[in-house]
Amino acid sequence: MVSAPRGTAASAVRVDAAAVRDVVAAVVDPELVVLTIDDLGVLRSVDVDAGGRVTVTITPTYSGCPAMDVIRADIRGALAAAGYRDVDIVTQLAPAWSTDLITESGRTKLASAGIAPPARVTGPVPVALSVRCPRCGSLDTERLSAFGSTACKALWRCRGCREPFDQVKPL
Amino acid sequence: MTASVDRLLALGDDALVTAQRLGQWCTRSPEMEEDVALANIALDQLGAARLLLTYAGALEGAGRDEDALAYLRTDREFRNALLVELPDRDFAVMIAKLLFVSAYQRLLYERLAGGGDERLAGIAAKTVKESAYHLEHAALWTLRLGDGTDTSHRRMQAGIDEVWPYTHELFESEPDLRGDWLSTVEDVLARATLARPADGWAPTGGRDGRHTEELSYLLAEMQVLHRAHPGARW
Repeated sequence: MVSAPRGTAASAVRVDAAAVRDVVAAVVDPELVVLTIDDLGVLRSVDVDAGGRVTVTITPTYSGCPAMDVIRADIRGALAAAGYRDVDIVTQLAPAWSTDLITESGRTKLASAGIAPPARVTGPVPVALSVRCPRCGSLDTERLSAFGSTACKALWRCRGCREPFDQVKPL
Repeated sequence: MTASVDRLLALGDDALVTAQRLGQWCTRSPEMEEDVALANIALDQLGAARLLLTYAGALEGAGRDEDALAYLRTDREFRNALLVELPDRDFAVMIAKLLFVSAYQRLLYERLAGGGDERLAGIAAKTVKESAYHLEHAALWTLRLGDGTDTSHRRMQAGIDEVWPYTHELFESEPDLRGDWLSTVEDVLARATLARPADGWAPTGGRDGRHTEELSYLLAEMQVLHRAHPGARW
């Protein structure tokens, strides 16, 4: 029997913070399954302390978003599968989430999945007066309801191809 | 400055009771898109209520969490304004209540977002953006019904008239918000060809726990499962 070399206990808990972040960043949003929580801007930070404890900070899209419980469970599951079991998940409200936090690649993924990405709420890009149909590209569209299949989506219809489509509504 | 427990309960109970009333419309709306819309607004209100009641419980320091506050208080312990507990006997009554309460919440949350209580400011900065969508929705329906057929106009006006007296109570602790609230509401009513009711009777008491009997029935339905099976979890 070989005795463990000195220092093993300490090195065993030394974890690669970037690798841990990659694990968490790959967790998929349960209601917008083409996006990761990183694409969506729901993931704020991942910290690993000297003892190997992982602290994940997330922010809700809408205050009543029922996906948050699933996201928390999925983060724990992904970290556990990667060998990290000492995990704390913190929910942080401020600053409030905005659709402006959705990454460029996230916007592209939404459009490819037939969901119109939101117009910019702030910043240099002016708010679009119409929403481009994610199916045929027409700008001749109309909003049917500000409320859609999930808290973060509005329901639109394209007058060009006649198809209804979801939009992640600007917030 | 930290908000008081009573203040947080007032804000949280307004949102919780609004959520419960709106939830009662699910499957009963005039069209499927409206079912979806009202359920979504109810969900936003419930989310706000959970954040506010959780904070109230923490501040109180008696070990009560959001569930204890929502499910185990009696009607006399609720601090919501009377307006939100009124029964929605007509679709137009519900729309009138949503118009008035969301215009109020938007202004109030906007103020609280810049206030001195950091935790409450964080909650308000989040919920104020959702309130804007609630107000827009209620305003669109008010226009559609008010400036619609003779029947829809008559019923929308009746809804406005029925609940108008209860809006005074909203401004008891922030009388200075009423000016901006009136501007918002009067603009919508004018565009909807509806008359702004005269001020007069102003029922009150909700913030002190004196409610209409309607709240008791609402709470009985909302609390029955939790009271029958204390601590049950999904």
